Amino acid sequence: MRGIIKSLATTMSTFIRGPVTHGYPSKHRELPERDRAFPLLLWDKDIDEPFCTGCHACERACPVECMTVIMKDNPNHESQDGNSKRRKIVDEFWIDYGRCMRCNICVEVCNFEAIAMNNTWSGHETSVYDRADLVMDLPQLMAQSKSDEIQEWVAD
Amino acid sequence: MVIESAPDFETQDLLINVGPQHPSTHGVFRMILEVDGEIVKDLIPHIGYLHRGAEKLCENNDFRQGVGYMDRTEYLASHNAELSYVMAVEALAELEVPERAQWIRMILCELNRLSSHFMFLGAFGVDVGVFGTPFIYAWREREALIDLFEEISGDRMMYAYFRAGGLAWEVPGNFEERVREVLVSTRQGMKDFDNLLTRNEIFLARTKNVGIISAEDAIELGMSGPTLRASGVSLDIRKSEPYMYYDQIDFEVPIGTNGDVFDRYIVRLKEMEQSVSIIEQCLERLNDGPIMPERMPRMLRLPEGQEVYIRTEAPRGEYGIYLVSKGGNKPWRLKVRSACLSNLQALKKMSVGQYVADAIIILGSIDIVLSEVDR
Repeated sequence: MRGIIKSLATTMSTFIRGPVTHGYPSKHRELPERDRAFPLLLWDKDIDEPFCTGCHACERACPVECMTVIMKDNPNHESQDGNSKRRKIVDEFWIDYGRCMRCNICVEVCNFEAIAMNNTWSGHETSVYDRADLVMDLPQLMAQSKSDEIQEWVAD
Repeated sequence: MVIESAPDFETQDLLINVGPQHPSTHGVFRMILEVDGEIVKDLIPHIGYLHRGAEKLCENNDFRQGVGYMDRTEYLASHNAELSYVMAVEALAELEVPERAQWIRMILCELNRLSSHFMFLGAFGVDVGVFGTPFIYAWREREALIDLFEEISGDRMMYAYFRAGGLAWEVPGNFEERVREVLVSTRQGMKDFDNLLTRNEIFLARTKNVGIISAEDAIELGMSGPTLRASGVSLDIRKSEPYMYYDQIDFEVPIGTNGDVFDRYIVRLKEMEQSVSIIEQCLERLNDGPIMPERMPRMLRLPEGQEVYIRTEAPRGEYGIYLVSKGGNKPWRLKVRSACLSNLQALKKMSVGQYVADAIIILGSIDIVLSEVDR
């Protein structure tokens, strides 16, 4: 009997404790800086083009083969009277968020710091009606970096 | 008490299917119970519903990519699963892991043991029949630990944080304070569980002398971890074959006496107290330094024709990795020795002769993770 009274006392003590839950989805918990959702591509604001040169490093290192990259000659290169130092640039880029296992390896292998893990809530709330909608193309991957919605955290 | 039927009353055994989609089976475990009235006469387990071929996938992935798959074999204690894998690779590649990385690994593994045991305590409470209270308490404490893992590694369950040679990246600046902060709430949570369950008469009536397994049987079935120690065998790989810096740490190995369901509960609760003390000792010894070896090759290649078996003490028992290399940057063969699979062998021995309702708590007391059983 004493044991039951003791356990009831423990239960009762929660009446004076504050709530520990968050009122999701109306209220969002603050995410840590390193939070990893899905990978995004970054936009070079100085030159107005992506950082990504389409070098296939991330594509080769991806354990689940969720990326497809196509490279092209940069039309904005210095030799073409442009202001960019990048000889090659990404033409097309697809990431299948349905396959991605969020391991951060693509960020680690990138030589140009052109890819980063989304650390905002937009990366976690990605539910769609059709699985094909989870395959992100270049404009979709760039959108958040262009509009300054992510503060990238790249592991050194 | 079994009511004896009248001699002219014809009875027959009944086959009951439990699972695979049943919340009390902790995943997708299926067992077929042959019952006589309420007594279990036979138990046939069926596994394999969660088989994803993680071992085979690792053979096609290099040593950095494999870490992510190890997370998924043991999703409640991913740090411990990663540890065995990276230690096996380090043993073959003869990499010297920096001191700081070792201490951080130890802290994270012990924290993961805490979060995994909290999960056990909560789920076990549900199995015993107190839905709600312990479960939600356990999740509250586990949440604090998982938030800490998220701050360090970026993910809440699939950390992918250990690398062959050290760690993927440095821990945040306020690491020590945050760990100490979390330990305070963890202590309080353990005290709550102690008050809530350990001396609760209803809980004792459900768990004492249920699902007994003797030390001899436990050893013969290849059990390990808290499930083995509850039977009175003092075998802890951290103590018997110290890896990392466990030989510099002062801790005890709690053992049970009876080998029943209650002992398996209390051994885990006592083990959590030891984990807290281990983490505190590790924090005192934590110093600055590199987290990766200086001469780390860009692409890790293992020597040809070598093999290694590394075992570590994961929350559920011995988590072993058998790695065979035939050169190159991928394992030729990788075998995961899962503690849950071996512990699950004891289920029949424990359950036969018990009530049907007790078969569920016996399964809960083994604390299986089906992804580790099936891999």
